[in-house]
Amino acid sequence: MTIESAIALAPAERAVTLIGADLTEKSLKLHLEGLSGVDAVGLEKRAAGLGTRSIKTTSKAWALDTIIKLIDLTTLEGADTPGKVRSLAAKAVLPDPGDSSTPQVAAVCVYGDMVPFAAEALGSAWSNGSDEGINIAAVATAFPSGRSSLPIKIADTKEAVANGADEIDMVIDRGAFLAGKYGIVFDQIVAVKEACRRDNGTYTHLKVILETGELNTYDNVRKASWLSILAGGDFIKTSTGKVSPAATLPVTLLMLEVVRDWHLLTGEKIGVKPAGGIRSSKDAIKYLVTVAETVGEEWLQPHLFRFGASSLLNDVLMQRQKLTTGHYSGPDYVTID
Amino acid sequence: MTENDTALSVKAPSFLDYAPAPESTSILHLKKHYGLFIDGEFVDGRGDSFTTISPATEKAIASISNANNADVDAAVAAARKAYDRTWSKLSGADRGKYLFRIARLVQERARELAVAESLDNGKPIKESRDVDVPLVAAWFFYYAGWADKLDYAGLGPNPQSLGVAAQVIPWNFPLLMLAWKIAPALAAGNTVVIKPAETTPLSAMIFAEILQQAGLPNGVVNIVTGAGDTGHALVNHPDVNKVAFTGSTGVGRAIAKSIAGTGKKVTLELGGKAANIVFDDAPIDQAIEGIVDGIFFNQGHVCCAGSRLLVQENIHDEVVDRLKARLSTLRMGDPLDKNTDIGAINSKAQLERIHELSNIGEAEGAERWTAKCDMPQTGFWFAPTIFTNVSTSSRIAREEVFGPVLSVLTFRTPAEAVAKANNTPYGLSAGIWSDKGSRILAVADKLRAGVIWANTFNRFDPASPFGGYKESGYGREGGRHGLASYLESSGWATPAVTKGGKK
Repeated sequence: MTIESAIALAPAERAVTLIGADLTEKSLKLHLEGLSGVDAVGLEKRAAGLGTRSIKTTSKAWALDTIIKLIDLTTLEGADTPGKVRSLAAKAVLPDPGDSSTPQVAAVCVYGDMVPFAAEALGSAWSNGSDEGINIAAVATAFPSGRSSLPIKIADTKEAVANGADEIDMVIDRGAFLAGKYGIVFDQIVAVKEACRRDNGTYTHLKVILETGELNTYDNVRKASWLSILAGGDFIKTSTGKVSPAATLPVTLLMLEVVRDWHLLTGEKIGVKPAGGIRSSKDAIKYLVTVAETVGEEWLQPHLFRFGASSLLNDVLMQRQKLTTGHYSGPDYVTID
Repeated sequence: MTENDTALSVKAPSFLDYAPAPESTSILHLKKHYGLFIDGEFVDGRGDSFTTISPATEKAIASISNANNADVDAAVAAARKAYDRTWSKLSGADRGKYLFRIARLVQERARELAVAESLDNGKPIKESRDVDVPLVAAWFFYYAGWADKLDYAGLGPNPQSLGVAAQVIPWNFPLLMLAWKIAPALAAGNTVVIKPAETTPLSAMIFAEILQQAGLPNGVVNIVTGAGDTGHALVNHPDVNKVAFTGSTGVGRAIAKSIAGTGKKVTLELGGKAANIVFDDAPIDQAIEGIVDGIFFNQGHVCCAGSRLLVQENIHDEVVDRLKARLSTLRMGDPLDKNTDIGAINSKAQLERIHELSNIGEAEGAERWTAKCDMPQTGFWFAPTIFTNVSTSSRIAREEVFGPVLSVLTFRTPAEAVAKANNTPYGLSAGIWSDKGSRILAVADKLRAGVIWANTFNRFDPASPFGGYKESGYGREGGRHGLASYLESSGWATPAVTKGGKK
């Protein structure tokens, strides 16, 4: 069987095809350890180099609008209320009330129980399974720690899907991963992916959060990225935002390189979502540059790249106002939340 | 999968066509004409002036004095006088103060120096701004620290300076090579007459202003501009005690011959044909970056450039494919644009040399691949080029191209990699890419090259000695070893021998 024809298979079967062996803990381990290593100094040097690109005027205007279109506007606090989610949704629809040409964000990202409030608040702006409009992303699987049994993670996911979530952001079991039990991580992702199936047979998009700050080494990030894609993740995401360090440019570059290699191998396009800690337009533009120069500009679309952020949007809006009016306004000219 | 399907083949798209971001040249206050810098003053040369041009536009930048024999005499005399009367009498700590002052002024005028360097040399501002000028400051800071600690340089107590140093430097890193030469010479207590290359004298002239600003005693550093004749007069001047040269092997050989038997001390940093060895367990993405850094940094105008890629046979195709994809993202153009990765070739003569050797490569049967770059209309340009199917006997695998041209060869075992890497008349640098530390050490031990980088390439540090084997020259620059090239042991290390040979 060729790799191309394996794409249509269920994740587990496809993994068997790619690994060329039965899917055992050992064969997975051998496969992941066969991946090329990562040299930390070199990776960070490359990321720093990409960060020095100078973006001016026309490119910047394009970049700012693109950033907005790629944002998962996020609130993931224990103190979240329906009211907070409503105001978040309103901002997602109309990020800058003073400028109707401002694009909408890609999605709002909330806890599973908040999905109905988000759906209600988004109203007709909600994509509701279509390609147009704003998606609702829900975190599931005992987010952010991921420390619960598989049935609970599956139930958590199913509930969010039933509530209408268009995307599920799951966390991997970092404990199992660090213990080298790659099979457990693989099986859980496969199971959660299955739980993403809607009644009509379609799947909600599955984003797999690696929590790279806890994986600690770049080699682990590479292995975890590959493992998540192998198990059927549609997106790989850096962080929950609850652990420091969250998204960094080198980690995102590394994940993009994995995505690029996977694309070269299978032709399949996997998304990448850096989340947490990206607060300024300047930083976000560095990520755009990194995407464009690693996998290509084609990836700068909401179904292939996202920013998980809450405060980034305001900085982008201020930069955007500066570009259109020629003046800096200030934090009072953009809305909080 | 066709090429069009892969996102890796980046086509002229919207975002990657970043709007131009040229560094402003308004910070540069250039004179129309620059004279020689002798005895602390700018004076006119007695030869015909010549014009230095921007290799990116071929436009004239300034006219430069040409030093003839009489000018060189005057410069050496000024250096001798300064050596005898002031510099050799100063304490190390005081010499250090001047060097620290120069280092700080270099930092202060960093942007101006970077702009001048990119304008005159054609290298991307990104490199002059982020690599060259910071290293220049680092070199002066480093040797400033040594000036009062010469007793600890490993040459015994109280080592002695040599006298007047004649220094001739190349056009690829005009300011950095100047720093490599001047900083250790002054720290060790010597005075200097230096000749920058005729195509890149500009930053040296600004550096002369910095010396005036620093209040360096007159005559301690003298700068004579001109071409080969000036250099010839300088290194052969009878009142010179030390010759330091960086440049081509041909000229280095001529210098070695001409000063043989004169008692002048000499260091030569000459050509290279470095092997960049990539094992199959290498961190592949970083190795690709390292290959790019190795040969396309500064348009390949680097004597230690990794111009021979030795890649393990089983990953040859993968490495070459990834390399081509990576090169397709390189941006060539205006050296003063902050987004430029590849600048201009320094001179028409050099461009012709690169064309000539590349054509030979093709004629010998190697497969040529060139990155699709937009070529500016004026100036000297050569797009990044890779040759595959290169055999060890190919001229492009043996001769130094000194341009953005990479020759790819393969090997199967570490022993073969070492044999091929060492099979060159040169021996300046080498690179090893592997995730396995023991292999890196084992291979590095067998490579005959002055500098060996592991999992990186073209990294410089003032504390690290640099220099070559075989036709790459002799002597070391940088570090403690760099000081030794400008000092004489006071006799502590050698047993006392009385006249007539009796103990």
